[in-house]
Formats: sequence, structure tokens, C-alpha cells
Amino acid sequence: MVVGLQHYLAVAAILFTIGVFGIFVNRKNVIIILMSIELILLAVNINFVAFSTYLNEVSGQIMAMFVLTVAAAEAAVGLAILVTFFRNRGDIAVDDASVMKG
Amino acid sequence: MLQGIAFYLLAATAVVSGLLVVTARNPVHSVLWLILAFFSAAGLFVLLGAEFLAMLLVVVYVGAVAVLFLFVVMMLDVDFLKLREGFARYLPLAIIIAGVLLVEMILVSVAVVQNGAAADAVLGAPRPDVSNVEAIGRVLYTDYVYFFQAAGIVLLIAMIGAITLTLRHKPHIKRQNIADQINRPAAKAMEVKTVQSGQGVSPEELL
Repeated sequence: MVVGLQHYLAVAAILFTIGVFGIFVNRKNVIIILMSIELILLAVNINFVAFSTYLNEVSGQIMAMFVLTVAAAEAAVGLAILVTFFRNRGDIAVDDASVMKG
Repeated sequence: MLQGIAFYLLAATAVVSGLLVVTARNPVHSVLWLILAFFSAAGLFVLLGAEFLAMLLVVVYVGAVAVLFLFVVMMLDVDFLKLREGFARYLPLAIIIAGVLLVEMILVSVAVVQNGAAADAVLGAPRPDVSNVEAIGRVLYTDYVYFFQAAGIVLLIAMIGAITLTLRHKPHIKRQNIADQINRPAAKAMEVKTVQSGQGVSPEELL
């Protein structure tokens, strides 16, 4: 049971796919969509760290840290928008959220 | 051998809990499965020798992001069953797209490992003299210092944005207005009255 680089890449690919799948399936529930985006960013992080370790180059882990930063910022702002949206409309169904269409 | 068992255990946990995040009926359960997925990914990072990033994942994701999700999910009073309506309708398209995406990505990763950029990549033995944290610090504060500062600015802007979005002033609540307090002149604040001795002051006179 030798674990190589491709095993980690496969896990990251599966997690990324699950994230995309979740966005497609839960098109109305914006909370699950945000969690799917977090899963996608986690898959990207696994890819970065796996390549960083197998290529003996620490800068991949630096990039993973920046991805983590952006993911945290995105979750905070996204949830703040969600709370404001819920206060204004009393609902979080995003499929009829076309106020800003013009 | 032991590493292989640990890898397959953690990978299977991550994949299964990731799948349950997007299919669970209750969003609170989704958040809890998300926490499990993050924990498994942190275990994978430990296996890869990135201990600092694993701890960062637990602290930032589990300690901050997932708890934030949990707060929002529990505070919003939403009928979540109504939000699941399109699930069965979008399922076939989602399965097709996810399947194609997965096959493509696995093919690319196998190709890149077998004869691509990472052709002769082997798991590097950790250097005994330099720990993972030290190696990251040496690169982060020299080569990537501007990116590091930029990440700080991103977090600051996100913090200000989240506060401005959710802060609201209710109109009928009395608040302390410090400018009004400071600008009140002494003449309006107090008044000296001469009281006749032995008579006192009636309440009407005070007003």
C-alpha cells in the first residue's frame, strides 16, 4: 500500500467534484453553496500541499495559506451578505433574487 | 503500511463526509459533516508533512469558519425543506457534469505524475534540522512578504465589509451622542439661583 502523489491528487479531484456537484444540486440553498465553495477550496489546498511535499518546494504551502485566507474572508463576507438578504426579504431563496438585475 | 492505512482511512472519511455535506437534509448536519471533512483533510496534511498547515486548517476552518456557518444556519429561521425542491430535477445534469469533471481531473493528475512535471517526484524525507514551521517562516517573511501583507489587507477589508453589511441602527433606540455631550455649553448645563433664606425652592421654580 504505497501512497503516491496521484493518490492525493485523486482525493483532491473527488472533493473538488463533490463541491461542483453540490453547487449544481442545491441551487436554491445559498448556505450549502457556500459550503460547497469551501470544499472546492479545500481540494485546491490538498493539491497545493501534495505537490509542495512531493516536489520538495515549500512555496506550495505558502500558497495554501493564502488560499485559506481568501476562503475565510469569502465565508465571512458571504455569510454577512446572506444575513442582510434574510433581513430584507425574510427568505434565502437565491433563485428569485433578481433585485439587482436593473 | 501504517501510512497507507491512515491515508485510506482519512481519504475515505473526507470523501464520504464531503458527499454528506451536499446531500444532508438538515443544514446543521451539513456543517457538522463539513467539520469532519476539514479534520480528515488536516490528517492528510499531517501525513504529507505539513503540520503547520494542518493546525492552521483546524484553527481557522473548524474554529472560525465552520462555527460562523453554524451560527448563521441556526440563527436564520428558514424552511430548509422548501429550498431542497429542485434536488431531484438537477440531479441528472449534476451527475453527468461531475462525472466528466472527475474523469478529466484524474486523467490529468495521473498523466502529470507519470510523465509530466511531477514525473520523478518522491516523498521527500523531512529534514531533521529544519522544522515545517521554520521552513515556512523562512520563505513567507522573505520571498512572499508582500503577499503576506496583501493577505492581511484582504482580511481587514473582509472584516470591515462584514461589519458594515450586518451593522444596523434602529431608529427608536437612545444612544450616547458624545459630540452633543461635549458641545453642550456650561450656560445650558447649570443655572445659579439665589434662594431667600428660610423659604426654600418650589419645584416649579426649578423648571
